[in-house]
Amino acid sequence: MEQNLIDLSRAQFALTAMFHWLFVPLTLGLGLIVAIMETLYVKGKGEKWKTTTRFWMKIFGINFAVGVASGIILEFEFGTNWAKYSWFVGDIFGVPLAIEGIVAFFMEATFIAVMFFGWDKVSKRFHLAATWLTLLGATLSAVWILVANAWMQNPVGIGEFNVDLVRTELSSFWAVISPLAIVKFLHTVISSWMLAAAVVIGIASFYLLKGREKTFALDSIRVAVKVGIAGVIAAIITGDMSGNLVAKTQPMKLAAMESLYDGHNNAGLVALAVLNPDKKFDDGKDPFLFNVSFPNMLSFLATRNSNGFVPGINDVLKGGYIGPDGAQTISVNEKIALGKDASLALKEYKNAATEDEKTKARNAFRKNEKYFGYSFFKSAEETIPPVGLVFYAFRIMVALGFLFLILFITVEYFLHKKRFEKARLLQKICLLSIPFAYIASQAGWIVAEVGRQPWAIQDILPVKAAVTNIGATSVILTFCFFLVLFSVLLVAEVNIIRKAIRTGPEENPQNTNQ
Amino acid sequence: MDKIRNVRDFLQMYIEGFKGLTWGKPLWNIIIAKIIVLSAIAAFLASKNPMKNLHTNNQKSEYIFNEFVKINNN
Repeated sequence: MEQNLIDLSRAQFALTAMFHWLFVPLTLGLGLIVAIMETLYVKGKGEKWKTTTRFWMKIFGINFAVGVASGIILEFEFGTNWAKYSWFVGDIFGVPLAIEGIVAFFMEATFIAVMFFGWDKVSKRFHLAATWLTLLGATLSAVWILVANAWMQNPVGIGEFNVDLVRTELSSFWAVISPLAIVKFLHTVISSWMLAAAVVIGIASFYLLKGREKTFALDSIRVAVKVGIAGVIAAIITGDMSGNLVAKTQPMKLAAMESLYDGHNNAGLVALAVLNPDKKFDDGKDPFLFNVSFPNMLSFLATRNSNGFVPGINDVLKGGYIGPDGAQTISVNEKIALGKDASLALKEYKNAATEDEKTKARNAFRKNEKYFGYSFFKSAEETIPPVGLVFYAFRIMVALGFLFLILFITVEYFLHKKRFEKARLLQKICLLSIPFAYIASQAGWIVAEVGRQPWAIQDILPVKAAVTNIGATSVILTFCFFLVLFSVLLVAEVNIIRKAIRTGPEENPQNTNQ
Repeated sequence: MDKIRNVRDFLQMYIEGFKGLTWGKPLWNIIIAKIIVLSAIAAFLASKNPMKNLHTNNQKSEYIFNEFVKINNN
């Protein structure tokens, strides 16, 4: 398999996934904010909440409409660009995706129509239920996608490898809903609340800066800021839980996130750093040109013990340390050798002429089947993910998360003191912060997905064995089509949203400009 | 349409809703154009897939096995 094709296929999937991920978090977060606003309306807090709900529902609808179908193309890509992957793990990976399509997406699609078209046609309470059920549908949709993604990070629930069909098969569906899947779901969905809060506060601040729709804007900010604060705090807690699980299941990813080459006890969490661009994994050079760390924090995050040992990249490569399961780890080179033995046994099984030969080869394969994925590597070095990208993306995500917490608390303080309306500098910061919420969200995906490289499924199937051999030219061509299409769609969405914002909420007697 | 009382009213709500969309029209154009372009790209990629002519599980597993052997030998 040519490296060019592997990298291009990776880039194409990354492009479609990241484009789709521009829309999903706003749908999840804005759905919650809209549902809260409508609840206030139904609870009798005034007609103004109906106007407020309908405006943000319009933004929700535009975002939903432009985002729809780009998720479907991702699922098609599994069949076109990642056909070997789909064959190899389809029995397991296909289950959550099918549930997502059949149950969650249909639920969301059904109730979203009532949410948009049902005003004054169904009772207030039924309409409110439809709004909450749309949110539930979108969230359930995210559950199954994230269960599938978490399984790629931590493949569990796998039975014996099917040597006849050359594929893995599901042994327990419930095992697939692992602790990592639950934490990943919570962290991703909750961080989407932060993004939506930043968008609502930013757009509402725009109205205040323009001296328009003051009551509407302040009401919107009041709801969004609470969702935002709750979202960031919960994202910090679930982020910590996620980091702890990554330490147990993907030590190489954690080492890359921290640019930790040589593991040690009392490891510090790097707060701020510039990486040494000349650093090679085995050259003994300092990985940083400059760094500031929180002492012992990485050890605590990874082991829940501030003295705990955190393995670095070289430790994972060389093995010999005690893993989270209490057993001594083996080196990647040993894993590669055992994987090659498994691969040879599989070949012998396929070429076996008699039942006896088959049984012998099958038993030989079973001995080392868990290392089969390593057979595709030539050297241990190949198993190191791109450290720089993962390291900086992690810092960007965390730093922006904390900055948003400070921003939301400041906004809440100014609202409480009834000074937000006049705080023009803060309003400008809120407006300008919108893109940074998206950057934080995308950075999170980069950490999760690039950190898993070179594996498509951690320790089971590397990307180079998963990609379909469809020719680099075809991938370049479609990559360019995707790029043009997504750019046009993005410009279209921004323009439609700008138009909707310019029009503003519907007639509202309480707006100060009326 | 007044309040919904039966399934027919419910379907009417959808029809009226889609008809009454104002800001939704450019969105529908976007959705339709997007689906057409994405389907064309997916169809193109699918036509290039070497597994497209493999119909049985045996053929597919044989192909995957041979591909794995190739990657292992490279």
